[in-house]
Amino acid sequence: MRLRNAVIWLFAFGAMVLAGAASSSRWEHVPSKDHARANPLTGQNEAIEAGRTIYRDHCLQCHKVDGRGDGRKKPSLRSARVSGASDGDIEWFLRQGDLAHGMPSWSNLPEAQRWQLVAYLRSIQ
Amino acid sequence: MMVPRLAAVPRFATLFAAFLMPHLASVAAAQEKPYFVTYSQDLEEPGNLEIETKTALARPSDSSHYGATALELEYGVSAWWTAELYLDGQSTGHQSSLYTGFRVENRIRPLMREHVINPVLYVEYESISGADKTLLEVVGHDAETNLATENGEARREHKHEAEFKLILSSNFKDWNVSENFIAEKNLGHSPWEFGYAVGATHSLRGKASVKDCTFCAEKFIGGIEAYGGLGDTQSLSLRETSHYIAPLLGWQIRRLARLSFSPGFGLTSSSLDRIYRVGLAFEIAQPGGWFHAQKGSTR
Repeated sequence: MRLRNAVIWLFAFGAMVLAGAASSSRWEHVPSKDHARANPLTGQNEAIEAGRTIYRDHCLQCHKVDGRGDGRKKPSLRSARVSGASDGDIEWFLRQGDLAHGMPSWSNLPEAQRWQLVAYLRSIQ
Repeated sequence: MMVPRLAAVPRFATLFAAFLMPHLASVAAAQEKPYFVTYSQDLEEPGNLEIETKTALARPSDSSHYGATALELEYGVSAWWTAELYLDGQSTGHQSSLYTGFRVENRIRPLMREHVINPVLYVEYESISGADKTLLEVVGHDAETNLATENGEARREHKHEAEFKLILSSNFKDWNVSENFIAEKNLGHSPWEFGYAVGATHSLRGKASVKDCTFCAEKFIGGIEAYGGLGDTQSLSLRETSHYIAPLLGWQIRRLARLSFSPGFGLTSSSLDRIYRVGLAFEIAQPGGWFHAQKGSTR
Protein backbone atom coordinates (compact mmCIF):
# COMPACT_ATOMS: atom_id res chain seq x y z
CA MET A 1 0.00 0.00 0.00
CA ARG A 2 2.77 2.36 1.00
CA LEU A 3 4.66 1.48 -2.15
CA ARG A 4 1.58 2.10 -4.32
CA ASN A 5 1.07 5.54 -2.74
CA ALA A 6 4.71 6.35 -3.26
CA VAL A 7 4.45 5.43 -6.96
CA ILE A 8 1.28 7.53 -7.37
CA TRP A 9 2.95 10.54 -5.70
CA LEU A 10 6.04 10.05 -7.84
CA PHE A 11 3.97 10.04 -11.05
CA ALA A 12 1.97 13.07 -9.90
CA PHE A 13 5.17 14.95 -9.08
CA GLY A 14 6.68 13.98 -12.44
CA ALA A 15 3.56 15.15 -14.27
CA MET A 16 3.64 18.50 -12.46
CA VAL A 17 7.32 18.97 -13.27
CA LEU A 18 6.74 18.18 -16.95
CA ALA A 19 3.69 20.45 -17.13
CA GLY A 20 5.63 23.25 -15.49
CA ALA A 21 8.56 22.74 -17.82
CA ALA A 22 6.28 22.78 -20.86
CA SER A 23 4.59 26.00 -19.87
CA SER A 24 7.54 28.02 -18.68
CA SER A 25 10.69 26.60 -20.22
CA ARG A 26 10.69 29.18 -23.03
CA TRP A 27 11.18 32.11 -20.69
CA GLU A 28 13.42 30.44 -18.14
CA HIS A 29 16.34 30.94 -20.48
CA VAL A 30 15.79 34.69 -20.76
CA PRO A 31 18.60 36.54 -18.98
CA SER A 32 17.25 38.69 -16.14
CA LYS A 33 18.61 41.81 -17.84
CA ASP A 34 16.52 41.11 -20.94
CA HIS A 35 13.49 39.96 -18.93
CA ALA A 36 13.41 43.31 -17.16
CA ARG A 37 13.50 45.42 -20.32
CA ALA A 38 10.36 47.46 -20.96
CA ASN A 39 9.11 48.26 -24.44
CA PRO A 40 10.13 51.88 -25.11
CA LEU A 41 7.17 52.14 -27.50
CA THR A 42 4.48 50.97 -25.08
CA GLY A 43 1.21 52.86 -25.43
CA GLN A 44 2.03 54.28 -28.86
CA ASN A 45 -0.69 53.48 -31.38
CA GLU A 46 1.73 54.16 -34.19
CA ALA A 47 3.99 51.42 -32.89
CA ILE A 48 1.10 48.95 -32.92
CA GLU A 49 0.17 49.90 -36.49
CA ALA A 50 3.77 49.66 -37.65
CA GLY A 51 4.04 46.34 -35.80
CA ARG A 52 1.00 45.11 -37.71
CA THR A 53 2.83 45.85 -40.98
CA ILE A 54 5.94 44.04 -39.77
CA TYR A 55 3.80 41.10 -38.65
CA ARG A 56 2.19 40.93 -42.08
CA ASP A 57 5.57 40.99 -43.82
CA HIS A 58 7.41 38.48 -41.65
CA CYS A 59 5.12 36.50 -39.33
CA LEU A 60 1.77 36.10 -41.06
CA GLN A 61 2.92 33.36 -43.40
CA CYS A 62 3.36 31.00 -40.44
CA HIS A 63 1.26 32.41 -37.60
CA LYS A 64 -1.65 33.41 -39.87
CA VAL A 65 -3.74 36.57 -40.04
CA ASP A 66 -5.15 36.47 -36.53
CA GLY A 67 -2.02 35.11 -34.84
CA ARG A 68 -3.66 31.79 -34.06
CA GLY A 69 -1.09 29.68 -35.88
CA ASP A 70 -1.87 26.69 -38.04
CA GLY A 71 -2.98 24.34 -35.30
CA ARG A 72 0.08 22.19 -35.90
CA LYS A 73 3.73 23.17 -35.80
CA LYS A 74 3.18 26.94 -35.97
CA PRO A 75 1.82 27.93 -32.59
CA SER A 76 -0.80 30.47 -31.71
CA LEU A 77 0.51 33.82 -30.49
CA ARG A 78 -2.70 34.45 -28.54
CA SER A 79 -1.82 32.32 -25.59
CA ALA A 80 -1.19 32.50 -21.89
CA ARG A 81 2.47 31.85 -22.60
CA VAL A 82 2.75 35.06 -24.65
CA SER A 83 0.43 37.21 -22.57
CA GLY A 84 2.25 36.14 -19.40
CA ALA A 85 5.68 37.03 -20.76
CA SER A 86 7.32 40.39 -20.21
CA ASP A 87 8.04 42.71 -23.14
CA GLY A 88 11.70 41.92 -22.69
CA ASP A 89 11.02 38.17 -22.85
CA ILE A 90 9.26 38.52 -26.20
CA GLU A 91 11.90 40.83 -27.68
CA TRP A 92 14.60 38.40 -26.53
CA PHE A 93 12.75 35.49 -28.11
CA LEU A 94 12.31 37.33 -31.41
CA ARG A 95 16.04 38.06 -31.40
CA GLN A 96 17.02 34.49 -30.53
CA GLY A 97 14.41 32.52 -32.44
CA ASP A 98 14.10 28.83 -31.76
CA LEU A 99 16.01 27.34 -34.64
CA ALA A 100 15.62 23.78 -33.47
CA HIS A 101 11.83 24.11 -33.62
CA GLY A 102 11.47 26.13 -36.81
CA MET A 103 11.35 29.70 -35.49
CA PRO A 104 13.96 31.85 -37.26
CA SER A 105 16.02 34.45 -35.44
CA TRP A 106 14.86 38.00 -36.14
CA SER A 107 18.08 39.60 -34.98
CA ASN A 108 18.37 40.92 -38.54
CA LEU A 109 15.42 43.26 -37.94
CA PRO A 110 16.37 46.64 -36.49
CA GLU A 111 15.74 46.70 -32.73
CA ALA A 112 13.05 49.40 -33.07
CA GLN A 113 11.08 47.10 -35.39
CA ARG A 114 11.27 44.24 -32.90
CA TRP A 115 9.77 46.54 -30.25
CA GLN A 116 7.05 47.61 -32.71
CA LEU A 117 6.28 43.95 -33.22
CA VAL A 118 6.13 43.39 -29.45
CA ALA A 119 3.64 46.28 -29.21
CA TYR A 120 1.48 44.66 -31.88
CA LEU A 121 1.63 41.20 -30.27
CA ARG A 122 0.54 42.75 -26.97
CA SER A 123 -2.41 44.39 -28.72
CA ILE A 124 -3.83 41.09 -30.04
CA GLN A 125 -3.79 39.26 -26.71
CA MET B 1 32.16 17.78 -72.61
CA MET B 2 29.43 19.70 -74.41
CA VAL B 3 27.98 22.65 -72.55
CA PRO B 4 24.32 23.45 -73.44
CA ARG B 5 23.77 26.71 -75.27
CA LEU B 6 21.93 29.53 -73.53
CA ALA B 7 18.97 29.19 -75.93
CA ALA B 8 17.60 26.43 -73.70
CA VAL B 9 17.52 28.72 -70.67
CA PRO B 10 14.76 31.16 -71.83
CA ARG B 11 12.41 28.21 -72.52
CA PHE B 12 13.03 26.91 -69.01
CA ALA B 13 12.63 30.42 -67.57
CA THR B 14 9.31 30.94 -69.40
CA LEU B 15 7.88 27.67 -68.11
CA PHE B 16 9.14 28.44 -64.62
CA ALA B 17 7.60 31.94 -64.68
CA ALA B 18 4.28 30.55 -65.96
CA PHE B 19 4.26 28.12 -63.04
CA LEU B 20 4.98 30.87 -60.53
CA MET B 21 2.61 33.58 -61.75
CA PRO B 22 -0.54 32.30 -60.02
CA HIS B 23 1.32 32.23 -56.73
CA LEU B 24 2.78 35.71 -56.66
CA ALA B 25 0.11 36.75 -54.18
CA SER B 26 1.99 34.75 -51.58
CA VAL B 27 5.28 36.61 -51.90
CA ALA B 28 6.88 37.56 -48.62
CA ALA B 29 9.17 40.39 -47.68
CA ALA B 30 12.64 39.38 -46.62
CA GLN B 31 14.99 41.47 -44.54
CA GLU B 32 18.13 40.27 -46.24
CA LYS B 33 21.35 42.10 -46.71
CA PRO B 34 22.34 43.36 -50.15
CA TYR B 35 25.63 41.44 -50.16
CA PHE B 36 26.68 39.89 -53.45
CA VAL B 37 29.74 37.93 -52.37
CA THR B 38 29.67 37.99 -48.58
CA TYR B 39 27.30 35.72 -46.67
CA SER B 40 25.75 36.74 -43.38
CA GLN B 41 24.11 34.55 -40.75
CA ASP B 42 20.71 35.10 -42.40
CA LEU B 43 19.19 31.90 -43.65
CA GLU B 44 16.05 31.47 -45.70
CA GLU B 45 12.92 31.27 -43.57
CA PRO B 46 11.80 27.64 -43.24
CA GLY B 47 9.56 26.57 -46.09
CA ASN B 48 10.16 29.74 -48.12
CA LEU B 49 11.66 29.85 -51.58
CA GLU B 50 13.69 32.81 -52.79
CA ILE B 51 14.38 33.30 -56.46
CA GLU B 52 17.16 35.75 -57.15
CA THR B 53 19.22 36.80 -60.10
CA LYS B 54 22.70 38.15 -59.50
CA THR B 55 24.18 39.81 -62.55
CA ALA B 56 27.77 40.98 -62.92
CA LEU B 57 28.69 43.46 -65.67
CA ALA B 58 32.32 44.19 -66.47
CA ARG B 59 34.90 44.62 -69.17
CA PRO B 60 38.28 42.97 -68.75
CA SER B 61 41.25 44.74 -70.39
CA ASP B 62 41.72 43.76 -74.04
CA SER B 63 38.38 41.99 -74.14
CA SER B 64 34.71 42.68 -74.68
CA HIS B 65 32.00 43.69 -72.24
CA TYR B 66 30.23 40.81 -70.62
CA GLY B 67 27.18 40.21 -68.49
CA ALA B 68 27.09 37.08 -66.34
CA THR B 69 23.97 36.04 -64.45
CA ALA B 70 23.44 33.51 -61.72
CA LEU B 71 19.84 32.42 -61.18
CA GLU B 72 19.60 31.39 -57.55
CA LEU B 73 16.88 29.22 -56.04
CA GLU B 74 17.17 29.29 -52.25
CA TYR B 75 14.99 27.14 -50.03
CA GLY B 76 14.68 27.16 -46.26
CA VAL B 77 14.81 23.48 -45.34
CA SER B 78 14.63 24.38 -41.67
CA ALA B 79 15.39 27.40 -39.50
CA TRP B 80 19.05 26.25 -39.31
CA TRP B 81 19.55 24.82 -42.83
CA THR B 82 19.24 26.52 -46.21
CA ALA B 83 19.84 24.78 -49.55
CA GLU B 84 20.50 26.56 -52.83
CA LEU B 85 20.80 25.83 -56.51
CA TYR B 86 22.53 28.27 -58.86
CA LEU B 87 22.28 28.18 -62.63
CA ASP B 88 24.95 30.32 -64.27
CA GLY B 89 25.19 31.85 -67.71
CA GLN B 90 26.96 34.68 -69.46
CA SER B 91 26.94 36.72 -72.60
CA THR B 92 30.08 38.33 -73.98
CA GLY B 93 29.98 41.05 -76.62
CA HIS B 94 31.07 39.97 -80.12
CA GLN B 95 31.35 36.39 -78.89
CA SER B 96 28.44 34.28 -77.62
CA SER B 97 25.97 33.53 -74.86
CA LEU B 98 26.49 30.41 -72.80
CA TYR B 99 25.06 28.38 -69.99
CA THR B 100 28.14 27.96 -67.82
CA GLY B 101 27.10 25.46 -65.17
CA PHE B 102 25.44 24.93 -61.85
CA ARG B 103 26.24 25.06 -58.15
CA VAL B 104 24.56 23.31 -55.24
CA GLU B 105 25.20 24.68 -51.79
CA ASN B 106 24.11 24.18 -48.21
CA ARG B 107 24.39 26.57 -45.30
CA ILE B 108 24.01 25.27 -41.78
CA ARG B 109 23.94 27.09 -38.47
CA PRO B 110 25.50 24.71 -35.94
CA LEU B 111 24.55 26.78 -32.89
CA MET B 112 20.85 27.09 -32.15
CA ARG B 113 21.19 30.29 -30.10
CA GLU B 114 22.12 33.82 -31.11
CA HIS B 115 25.66 34.79 -30.05
CA VAL B 116 27.91 37.80 -30.42
CA ILE B 117 29.49 36.01 -33.38
CA ASN B 118 27.33 33.45 -35.17
CA PRO B 119 29.07 30.77 -37.22
CA VAL B 120 27.51 29.30 -40.35
CA LEU B 121 29.06 26.36 -42.23
CA TYR B 122 28.87 26.47 -46.01
CA VAL B 123 29.47 23.55 -48.37
CA GLU B 124 29.17 23.85 -52.14
CA TYR B 125 29.66 21.67 -55.18
CA GLU B 126 30.23 23.44 -58.50
CA SER B 127 30.07 22.01 -61.98
CA ILE B 128 31.00 24.96 -64.15
CA SER B 129 32.92 25.68 -67.31
CA GLY B 130 35.94 27.92 -67.62
CA ALA B 131 33.65 30.52 -69.22
CA ASP B 132 31.82 31.21 -65.93
CA LYS B 133 32.15 34.91 -65.14
CA THR B 134 29.65 35.41 -62.32
CA LEU B 135 32.46 36.08 -59.80
CA LEU B 136 30.39 34.89 -56.86
CA GLU B 137 33.67 34.46 -55.04
CA VAL B 138 37.29 35.34 -55.70
CA VAL B 139 39.88 32.80 -54.58
CA GLY B 140 43.53 31.87 -55.10
CA HIS B 141 45.13 33.84 -57.90
CA ASP B 142 41.92 34.51 -59.83
CA ALA B 143 42.72 37.38 -62.15
CA GLU B 144 41.25 39.62 -64.81
CA THR B 145 43.07 37.61 -67.48
CA ASN B 146 40.91 34.53 -66.67
CA LEU B 147 37.88 36.56 -67.70
CA ALA B 148 39.42 37.73 -70.96
CA THR B 149 39.68 34.24 -72.49
CA GLU B 150 37.43 33.81 -75.54
CA ASN B 151 34.20 31.93 -74.82
CA GLY B 152 34.92 29.34 -77.50
CA GLU B 153 38.12 28.35 -75.76
CA ALA B 154 37.05 28.88 -72.14
CA ARG B 155 33.94 26.70 -72.41
CA ARG B 156 36.07 23.64 -73.21
CA GLU B 157 37.43 23.65 -69.67
CA HIS B 158 35.05 21.94 -67.28
CA LYS B 159 35.57 22.25 -63.54
CA HIS B 160 34.22 20.17 -60.69
CA GLU B 161 34.93 22.07 -57.52
CA ALA B 162 34.15 21.80 -53.84
CA GLU B 163 34.01 24.96 -51.81
CA PHE B 164 33.88 25.43 -48.08
CA LYS B 165 33.25 28.65 -46.20
CA LEU B 166 33.30 29.55 -42.57
CA ILE B 167 30.83 32.39 -42.20
CA LEU B 168 31.06 34.50 -39.07
CA SER B 169 28.38 37.10 -38.64
CA SER B 170 27.13 39.50 -36.00
CA ASN B 171 24.04 41.65 -35.67
CA PHE B 172 24.76 44.48 -33.28
CA LYS B 173 22.97 47.82 -32.84
CA ASP B 174 21.25 47.39 -36.22
CA TRP B 175 24.58 46.75 -37.91
CA ASN B 176 25.46 43.49 -39.55
CA VAL B 177 29.15 42.64 -39.80
CA SER B 178 30.10 39.44 -41.62
CA GLU B 179 33.39 37.72 -42.37
CA ASN B 180 33.80 34.74 -44.70
CA PHE B 181 36.86 32.52 -45.00
CA ILE B 182 36.84 30.51 -48.23
CA ALA B 183 38.65 27.30 -49.21
CA GLU B 184 38.05 25.93 -52.70
CA LYS B 185 39.37 22.75 -54.31
CA ASN B 186 39.20 21.70 -57.91
CA LEU B 187 38.36 18.01 -57.53
CA GLY B 188 40.75 17.22 -60.39
CA HIS B 189 44.31 18.10 -59.74
CA SER B 190 44.56 21.69 -58.58
CA PRO B 191 45.72 22.90 -55.17
CA TRP B 192 43.43 24.30 -52.49
CA GLU B 193 42.68 27.97 -53.13
CA PHE B 194 41.78 30.47 -50.45
CA GLY B 195 39.84 33.70 -50.35
CA TYR B 196 37.93 36.03 -48.11
CA ALA B 197 34.91 38.30 -48.09
CA VAL B 198 33.97 40.82 -45.43
CA GLY B 199 31.09 43.23 -45.28
CA ALA B 200 29.00 45.53 -43.13
CA THR B 201 25.45 46.80 -43.64
CA HIS B 202 23.03 49.08 -41.83
CA SER B 203 19.38 49.89 -42.44
CA LEU B 204 18.90 53.57 -43.28
CA ARG B 205 16.19 53.76 -40.59
CA GLY B 206 15.31 51.50 -37.69
CA LYS B 207 11.61 52.12 -37.11
CA ALA B 208 9.06 50.91 -39.61
CA SER B 209 6.51 53.36 -41.00
CA VAL B 210 2.87 53.06 -40.05
CA LYS B 211 1.68 52.91 -43.64
CA ASP B 212 2.88 50.84 -46.55
CA CYS B 213 5.46 52.79 -48.46
CA THR B 214 7.88 52.20 -51.27
CA PHE B 215 10.53 54.85 -50.73
CA CYS B 216 10.64 55.01 -46.90
CA ALA B 217 14.16 55.04 -45.49
CA GLU B 218 13.66 51.72 -43.68
CA LYS B 219 13.23 50.04 -47.05
CA PHE B 220 16.84 50.78 -47.90
CA ILE B 221 19.95 49.09 -46.56
CA GLY B 222 23.39 50.51 -47.27
CA GLY B 223 26.73 48.88 -46.77
CA ILE B 224 30.09 47.91 -48.13
CA GLU B 225 31.89 44.66 -48.86
CA ALA B 226 35.43 43.69 -49.75
CA TYR B 227 36.60 40.39 -51.20
CA GLY B 228 39.60 38.82 -52.77
CA GLY B 229 41.99 35.91 -53.17
CA LEU B 230 44.56 34.76 -50.64
CA GLY B 231 46.64 32.47 -52.85
CA ASP B 232 46.74 28.69 -52.81
CA THR B 233 48.63 25.86 -51.15
CA GLN B 234 51.41 26.15 -53.74
CA SER B 235 51.77 29.89 -53.33
CA LEU B 236 50.15 31.18 -50.18
CA SER B 237 50.71 34.86 -50.80
CA LEU B 238 48.92 37.96 -51.99
CA ARG B 239 51.09 38.19 -55.10
CA GLU B 240 49.01 38.42 -58.26
CA THR B 241 45.73 38.18 -56.41
CA SER B 242 42.57 40.17 -57.07
CA HIS B 243 40.85 42.31 -54.47
CA TYR B 244 37.74 44.42 -54.69
CA ILE B 245 35.86 46.92 -52.60
CA ALA B 246 32.20 47.53 -53.31
CA PRO B 247 29.58 49.83 -51.80
CA LEU B 248 26.14 48.20 -51.54
CA LEU B 249 22.58 49.43 -51.71
CA GLY B 250 19.51 47.27 -51.18
CA TRP B 251 15.90 48.33 -51.69
CA GLN B 252 12.93 46.30 -50.51
CA ILE B 253 10.22 47.12 -53.04
CA ARG B 254 7.18 46.65 -50.84
CA ARG B 255 6.50 42.94 -50.41
CA LEU B 256 7.11 42.16 -54.03
CA ALA B 257 10.84 42.14 -54.60
CA ARG B 258 14.24 43.22 -53.42
CA LEU B 259 16.63 45.10 -55.66
CA SER B 260 20.35 45.33 -54.93
CA PHE B 261 23.08 47.30 -56.63
CA SER B 262 26.81 47.41 -56.12
CA PRO B 263 29.59 49.08 -58.09
CA GLY B 264 32.84 47.24 -57.31
CA PHE B 265 36.33 48.65 -57.75
CA GLY B 266 39.47 46.60 -58.31
CA LEU B 267 42.31 47.30 -55.90
CA THR B 268 45.20 45.48 -57.58
CA SER B 269 46.60 45.18 -61.09
CA SER B 270 45.17 41.64 -61.34
CA SER B 271 41.65 42.88 -60.63
CA LEU B 272 39.04 44.18 -63.01
CA ASP B 273 38.94 47.98 -62.92
CA ARG B 274 35.22 48.01 -62.22
CA ILE B 275 32.47 45.48 -61.85
CA TYR B 276 28.82 46.41 -61.54
CA ARG B 277 26.41 44.04 -59.88
CA VAL B 278 22.63 44.05 -59.91
CA GLY B 279 20.42 41.65 -57.98
CA LEU B 280 16.67 41.11 -58.10
CA ALA B 281 15.03 38.77 -55.62
CA PHE B 282 11.51 37.45 -55.10
CA GLU B 283 10.66 35.51 -52.00
CA ILE B 284 7.73 33.12 -52.13
CA ALA B 285 6.12 32.14 -48.86
CA GLN B 286 5.56 28.47 -48.12
CA PRO B 287 5.35 27.09 -51.67
CA GLY B 288 4.94 23.63 -50.14
CA GLY B 289 1.38 24.71 -49.26
CA TRP B 290 0.50 24.90 -52.97
CA PHE B 291 0.44 21.15 -53.19
CA HIS B 292 -1.64 20.34 -50.14
CA ALA B 293 -4.39 22.14 -48.22
CA GLN B 294 -3.16 23.29 -44.83
CA LYS B 295 -5.28 22.99 -41.74
CA GLY B 296 -6.19 26.47 -40.56
CA SER B 297 -4.82 28.09 -43.69
CA THR B 298 -6.10 31.59 -44.36
CA ARG B 299 -4.79 31.80 -47.87
